Amino acid sequence: MPVEIRMPALSPTMESGTLAKWNVKEGDEITSGDIIAEIETDKATMEFEAVDEGKIGKILISEGAEDVPVGELIAWLLEEGEDASAIDSAAAPAVAAPVNNDVAQPVAAAPAEVPAVLTPAADEALPEGTTFANITVREALRDAMAEEMRTDENVFVMGEEVAEYEGAYKVTQGLLAEFGDRRVIDTPITEHGFAGLGVGAAMAGLKPVVEFMTFNFAMQAIDQIINSAAKTLYMSGGQIKAPIVFRGPNGAASRVGAQHSQNYASWYAHVPGLIVLSPYSASDAKGLLKSAIRNPNPVIFLENELLYGEKFDVPEVEDYTVPIGKAKVVREGTDVTLVSYSIAVGFALKAAEELAAQGISAEVIDLRTIRPLDIDTVIASVQKTNRIVCVEEGWPTCSVSSEISACLMERAFDYLDAPVTRVTNVDVPMPYAANLEKLALVKVDDVVKAAKAVCYVD
Amino acid sequence: MARQTASNSSSSRKAKASTSSALPKLPRAKALKATGEELLEYYREMLLMRRFEEKAGQMYGMGLIGGFCHLYIGQEAVVCGIQAALKKGDQVITSYRDHAHMLACGIDPKPVMAELTGRATGISKGKGGSMHMFSTEHSFYGGHGIVGAQVPLGAGLAFANKYNGTDNVSVVYFGDGAANQGQIYEAFNMASLWALPVIFVVENNQYAMGTSVKRSSSEVELFRRGESFRIPGEAVDGMNVLAVKEAADRAVAWCREGKGPILLEMKTYRYRGHSMSDPAKYRSKEEVQKMRADHDPIDQVKQRLLDGKDATEDELKAIDKEVKAIVAEAATFAQESPEPDPAELYTEVLTAY
Ligand SMILES: Cc1ncc(C[n+]2csc(CCOP(=O)(O)OP(=O)(O)O)c2C)c(N)n1
Ligand SMILES: [Mg+2]
Repeated sequence: MPVEIRMPALSPTMESGTLAKWNVKEGDEITSGDIIAEIETDKATMEFEAVDEGKIGKILISEGAEDVPVGELIAWLLEEGEDASAIDSAAAPAVAAPVNNDVAQPVAAAPAEVPAVLTPAADEALPEGTTFANITVREALRDAMAEEMRTDENVFVMGEEVAEYEGAYKVTQGLLAEFGDRRVIDTPITEHGFAGLGVGAAMAGLKPVVEFMTFNFAMQAIDQIINSAAKTLYMSGGQIKAPIVFRGPNGAASRVGAQHSQNYASWYAHVPGLIVLSPYSASDAKGLLKSAIRNPNPVIFLENELLYGEKFDVPEVEDYTVPIGKAKVVREGTDVTLVSYSIAVGFALKAAEELAAQGISAEVIDLRTIRPLDIDTVIASVQKTNRIVCVEEGWPTCSVSSEISACLMERAFDYLDAPVTRVTNVDVPMPYAANLEKLALVKVDDVVKAAKAVCYVD
Repeated sequence: MARQTASNSSSSRKAKASTSSALPKLPRAKALKATGEELLEYYREMLLMRRFEEKAGQMYGMGLIGGFCHLYIGQEAVVCGIQAALKKGDQVITSYRDHAHMLACGIDPKPVMAELTGRATGISKGKGGSMHMFSTEHSFYGGHGIVGAQVPLGAGLAFANKYNGTDNVSVVYFGDGAANQGQIYEAFNMASLWALPVIFVVENNQYAMGTSVKRSSSEVELFRRGESFRIPGEAVDGMNVLAVKEAADRAVAWCREGKGPILLEMKTYRYRGHSMSDPAKYRSKEEVQKMRADHDPIDQVKQRLLDGKDATEDELKAIDKEVKAIVAEAATFAQESPEPDPAELYTEVLTAY
């Protein structure tokens, strides 16, 4: 029986890719381990190794084909003694793709459905005739760093695989080429060490941007972040500043299990002396990262891997910044407020659309800054809607949602017509199994249900 | 005058220190040898690891395995040789690149593969995944995703052995990249200070993701990393299972005798990318090809078997077939098993008490 060669998934979030190059042609003998093709995604070029041995019988997708879906049949491999005629008989009984889509792309697909139109807040009014570039969050972050590095010689980027590899998630693409290895620095795997070294360099007047490959690994470094970066200004009576940005992906990715799927927003938001940012859109990612780098304080900048490839309109104005400490109303509404940050803003927007279809007008707020929290914007919204649901991709206990709830009890109790409600991930470590992971993560459906519940409709 | 005395006494202290401070050393290496039977066992085991990993890679490509999946292909001789020197009750702990370590511990491939597909029959009930697998029955303590974190844990396993008065040793595997994590040196110090029966094994496959050892390490001879803690170290040809077994035998004996920890640096190589998504731009194809062609651990054993007339080509082919069948069976099991029951989501967060 000829063996199917299908488009492989080479990363947790890959859905399709470009078949950049065939290293073999029909008739070639291959053995397991041979590199038969090169495949490109937006992240990287990857080599595709043969698993079985045999002769390439037929190539179905030619070199250069773009957007080849994962699981698509791309070639046939003939086993010993077979010739090409065997392919026809093998192909005949309608070979269904063995890919179980449920298993293959669990949460990764979610952000793609998210509407990307965001109304800029009034204080960020853009000049008339501003044009927009439709770029990914990944590019927006890179542009922010590059722009700040161009204007300030003290800014440098440091972290694991940030230079030669151009970032494990390709966020620092092109920086080494432009700025050289004095300013774009690969570190050993030693988070506590380089976080501390970064804080020291900041104390000496430099402006480090320290990338954590993911924020899960920043737990190795959390002592330096909190005890050294956050507290020294206070302890030194204002003498020692630490203008440093710690950035990297935060929150769940896709099927990477308990130790690699965690949201640290509320951990850092707990700490006086830190600024905590967690944008959703590419424009906010860019504008806030630029503000973060300029800010003289330690800033925790929480990104999200699943958003890196998402495209948004980013204003093409020179030196575009977004103010720290300002939430943004990303959709106006009158019946219920949905307040969120990072990837969950997408879920809230999606829920708002579904609610609109059911006659409920939801207002969606993207917090963008977690500390200092812009509770005034939230309260202003609640004064209008009298109902609020907090939406968070993270654990519920002592969460950002909990904090919002407490603030509303103190300052907006009289405006509420229903209890403040939290819609979050389930309160368990992240499971690996596809079905369990799906159950553990916050879902659009849950947001819709909670919004209806606080509106007392069913 | 005072200065004079001070410098005198410090130099005499130094002199004394240098005589008594000759680092402890493992006994010298013996000649490499193995019976035909042992060689056949190594061949079978390493082949099982290789075929298992190839199948895992294939199933990942089909979307049946999600998240991160780090293959062990090329490094088989390390776990195979070390495991052969251990006895029941000796503990093993490692990082996320853990599939082969489990097979080496004698764990059935079926629940390992089913963990990769995230099914109820997986060894962690589908809740752990590729990076987080454990088996108390086989004294295998995981399966850890945070680079370096397993090293103090492994020292802790050794601490328990000593505390309980057993003669078991624990084996801690970590990578060349992990060797730069600070907590490893904290563990080294305590292990040596308290003479814990732990074998630290650096699997030096020359790269940590895209970073070569010389780009990340001020001391590239990683076996020397224990020197300032008075932990003897040795570099071993980690592509040759006999060399690994020989060094492991001496290290195990040393630990069992209560002489404290040992550091073995296994010079090895991974053929595949760091994980399934690896741009592979940091090394040349020729480098990989050369390793595969000249140093493959399985080919080496095969050659030895044939040269020594301990097996014929046909006998080896029969083993290949048998191994392929075991892996195929595991793959089928892993695909046909059901997903975990939704109720599993909430269980095992805390131990019932
Ligand atoms: C604390 C921490 N930092 C970073 C990572 C991301 N990461 C996973 S594996 C790896 C490379 C480790 O290389 P090495 O120790 O040589 O082991 P190998 O993968 O070669 O087996 C990195 C940086 C992590 N999992 N944990
Ligand atoms: Mg390595």
